[in-house]
Amino acid sequence: MANTTNTADASQDAFRAAEEAAGGLPQLELSTFPNQIFWLAVTLVVIFFVLSKVALPRIASVLAERRGTITNDIAAAEDLKAKALEAEETYNKALADARTEAAQIVADTKAEIQADLDKAIAKADAEIAAKAAESETAIADIRAGAEEAVKAVAKDTAKEIIAALGGKADGRTVTSAVTARMKG
Amino acid sequence: MAAEAAGPSGLQIHPMDQFMIKPLFGNGEIAFYTPTNVTLWMALAIVAIVVLMVVGTSSRAIVPGRRQSVAEMAYGFIYKMVEDVAGKDAVGFFPYIMTLFMFIVFSNFLGLLPMSFTTTSHIAVTAVLAMLVFLGVTIIGFVKNGVSFLGLFWVSSAPLALRPILAIIEVTSYFVRPVSHSIRLAGNVMAGHAVIKVFAGFAGAMGIGAILPIGMITAVYALEVLVAFIQAYVFTILTCVYLKDALHPSH
Amino acid sequence: MEGDLAHIGAGLAGMGTGIAALGVGNVAANFLAGALRNPSAAASQTANLFIGIAFAEALGIFSFLVALLLMFAV
Repeated sequence: MANTTNTADASQDAFRAAEEAAGGLPQLELSTFPNQIFWLAVTLVVIFFVLSKVALPRIASVLAERRGTITNDIAAAEDLKAKALEAEETYNKALADARTEAAQIVADTKAEIQADLDKAIAKADAEIAAKAAESETAIADIRAGAEEAVKAVAKDTAKEIIAALGGKADGRTVTSAVTARMKG
Repeated sequence: MAAEAAGPSGLQIHPMDQFMIKPLFGNGEIAFYTPTNVTLWMALAIVAIVVLMVVGTSSRAIVPGRRQSVAEMAYGFIYKMVEDVAGKDAVGFFPYIMTLFMFIVFSNFLGLLPMSFTTTSHIAVTAVLAMLVFLGVTIIGFVKNGVSFLGLFWVSSAPLALRPILAIIEVTSYFVRPVSHSIRLAGNVMAGHAVIKVFAGFAGAMGIGAILPIGMITAVYALEVLVAFIQAYVFTILTCVYLKDALHPSH
Repeated sequence: MEGDLAHIGAGLAGMGTGIAALGVGNVAANFLAGALRNPSAAASQTANLFIGIAFAEALGIFSFLVALLLMFAV
């Protein structure tokens, strides 16, 4: 007990000495400590309540809201991207369909034209064949006609030659002779 | 004692005068409720914090303005520090740690204004801050872990013969924590301000042409701006480290 | 006379601050060396850097405190 009072006295003395010293360190002036501690306590309590009741929940909510907005925006962007991909796919599909259709039409048309062409060619061939046959008969006729004419001419000529030579041409003999010659 | 040595004809530098506590009104005794310059500058710190953290965020904008950005940055900075250093279960103490950080950082920066008074340069102020942390952490440690909190001092990974010696060292360093915690802040701030005042005294003595002292003041001032933030950061991060020890005392 | 001795003591104690500065410089230098060797891990270790600096500085601050007490309180 006595000891504590002694130390208290000693600290009091030191304190007085410190106060009396004009250039003493203001930080060690114990008389101002209660004042500083009191106002510090007030300040800390005020700051603590301002921060914990108003500022920090508000900032936390703003940050959470921002995170939510960003997440939503990203989700929306992703949605739009998916939609765009889908649209592109549809477009590609339509394009491919149109291509196959066009190819189909081309093939069909080609086949049709080919068929028409074939038919026309066949018809033409038939016509040509008919004409050829006709011509052949005509040629054969002409050839036969020509043979007859040649025969007649040869007979006449032979008769004339015989007559000219002074003979008497027997019609039957001349004819058979000419025919035999012509065959030979 | 120190200033008495310099006579009236000598160099008149009173680097410690800036730390004097004076009543705002009159010249009487300083009782604990007297409004002093401590009151004024602490009130200004509150005003600055309110302007930044409450008024600055009042628009609740999704795309933040400048002040709201700074407020959110401070929030994110301390929140991440608490989460990373002290652990996820320490988030409940975040408002108090934020209070400490905001008070210290604003007191330090307001103290850098010319003719101002720096509340955090006073050992009484920082000692209270440090003791609040020390007592709070010790109480939290015992409440959360019971007697096993004492395992903090019993380094189970060390050889058995060394453990008692280590325990003595650990206990000593544990009780030295509030001292170093408080003196570090006050000492850094006080030393920087005193150095600036000493150079200012040289500049005043040299009058016109005091280029060197003014250059030195500028350099030290720039350093002090850095120190003002770093000391607030260090105080806060050490609080988180101590809190981690209290929540997870296993070594 | 006693005051003069106290001032000498304060000067001696003040030297401790400079020695602590060596410690702080050591911490920062080793951090920088490590950070240059592995820059990707550096950012995650700045908190440890400041904690290390704070602990190294604490002892220097004790000598500063002793110097102040010798100057003004004894």
